[in-house]
Amino acid sequence: MSDKKISELSCPFGYTRKEKGYGEMDDQNDPVTMLMRLKDVRKTAHNWQTFQSAAEPGRIVIPSEVNIRDTRQIPFEVDPPKHTEYRALVEAWFKRPLEAEYTAKLTRQIEKALDEALQKGELEVISEMILPIQSKALTLLLNTPESEAETWISWGTHVFRSEGEALDAKKANVLYDYIDKELDKAAENPGEDLYSVLLDSDFEGRKLTKEEAKGVMVLTFAGGRDTVINALTNSLAYFAEHPESLLRIKNEPEIVGKAVEEFIRYFSPLTHMGRVVTEDTVVCEHAIKANTRISLVWASANRDETVFENPDEIVLDRKINPHVGFGFSHHKCLGATHARQILKIFIQTLAAKVSSIEIIDHKDNIEQLGEYQRKVGFHMLKLKLNSNS
Amino acid sequence: MAKITFITSSEEEIVLEGDSGSVMELAVQNGVPGIDGDCGGVCSCATCHVHVIPEYTTKTGEASEIEKDMLELDDNADEYSRLSCQLEITEDLDGIILRVAK
Repeated sequence: MSDKKISELSCPFGYTRKEKGYGEMDDQNDPVTMLMRLKDVRKTAHNWQTFQSAAEPGRIVIPSEVNIRDTRQIPFEVDPPKHTEYRALVEAWFKRPLEAEYTAKLTRQIEKALDEALQKGELEVISEMILPIQSKALTLLLNTPESEAETWISWGTHVFRSEGEALDAKKANVLYDYIDKELDKAAENPGEDLYSVLLDSDFEGRKLTKEEAKGVMVLTFAGGRDTVINALTNSLAYFAEHPESLLRIKNEPEIVGKAVEEFIRYFSPLTHMGRVVTEDTVVCEHAIKANTRISLVWASANRDETVFENPDEIVLDRKINPHVGFGFSHHKCLGATHARQILKIFIQTLAAKVSSIEIIDHKDNIEQLGEYQRKVGFHMLKLKLNSNS
Repeated sequence: MAKITFITSSEEEIVLEGDSGSVMELAVQNGVPGIDGDCGGVCSCATCHVHVIPEYTTKTGEASEIEKDMLELDDNADEYSRLSCQLEITEDLDGIILRVAK
């Protein structure tokens, strides 16, 4: 074992970011020019006319999902002006995590999960604690019975990916079939869940179609799974290696909001997101052809040394933190309010209940992006949580 | 104590008083519509965008480089734009009027 802390996520993009600003990778014969600097990433994310999301469904995702799905994710794979209308339909629903009742339920779920983990002593936290927390929290976002989480937990940590990281159409179909079934149930017997609310939504003078509702549901399931799991797991590993930070959160609860933003910046749970170029253009003095792909490398932009002081350090109460961990501009993360609440309550509850965390074993989850290798989290993390009571 | 007036997009005037924290926090605590403060005030989300009524810009001062970079890509920004999370409440802000951005 080296001295390097397992919660350290070193940035593989530093050299490229400083030297030329863009990198290149292939993805299933549809290459990607990767933009690395914060200013370029922001400007490009804002320019939906030249860098579009409304391409063939699945193409802006890297690795590309064009071969495994036809359903367009909404509002994610739509551009203005239609995007604005779709987003307006769902915005208020995705702000519900700020409501007192929602927060109280989420707090109870997380307290229970941590109490169980403390009772177990040693446990593999991803499968035994974090995936259950993510899944149960999703029942609040969907406003469905908590028991539904059991099905989602049984799918494992990746909705689209199998063990070997490759895209797995069979696995994706499990999700699509499930959503189809739930939408049919909601159509027949409307309730107060997200499926029913979507099917009853008015769009351009008509109701949303089942395919559109499905597009929103697929996005909701897929967008908030690996990302939330990685954010929680990495935070837990960090507190295992930094007990002084856990104590600080306990003593200075007012900094928890800043700590959440800093974790999102440092861990950048989503490495990058693609766009399809609609016209020949230039980024970082590099010519890019129409109908090729670029990616906005959030993880690199969040370590941009021209913007962030000590970018490779976690500064728990970082005061100015213009990160793009939730994306930027029109397509910024719809689930960010939910994600922030989970992370905030998780950290607060951890600080209240846990005195120290021992690392027993771990297996890194490393993404291969062309020449770049980036650790995004863990495949396995075995810990022992010690109670402070 | 500083008295701060917000004009919302529906032309409603909300007058609040505060003595510490940021203008964004004051607005969020009092439910001023249109000021969300999603990121809690670290200059990352631009959901606390306001326009300072021109005669009060000397009181609010100038935006930092990082704040300007955020505002530059906001389609509704103008020369009077500020992110209210970056406006620290002090006596100096007493009497200012802010228009909540669309």
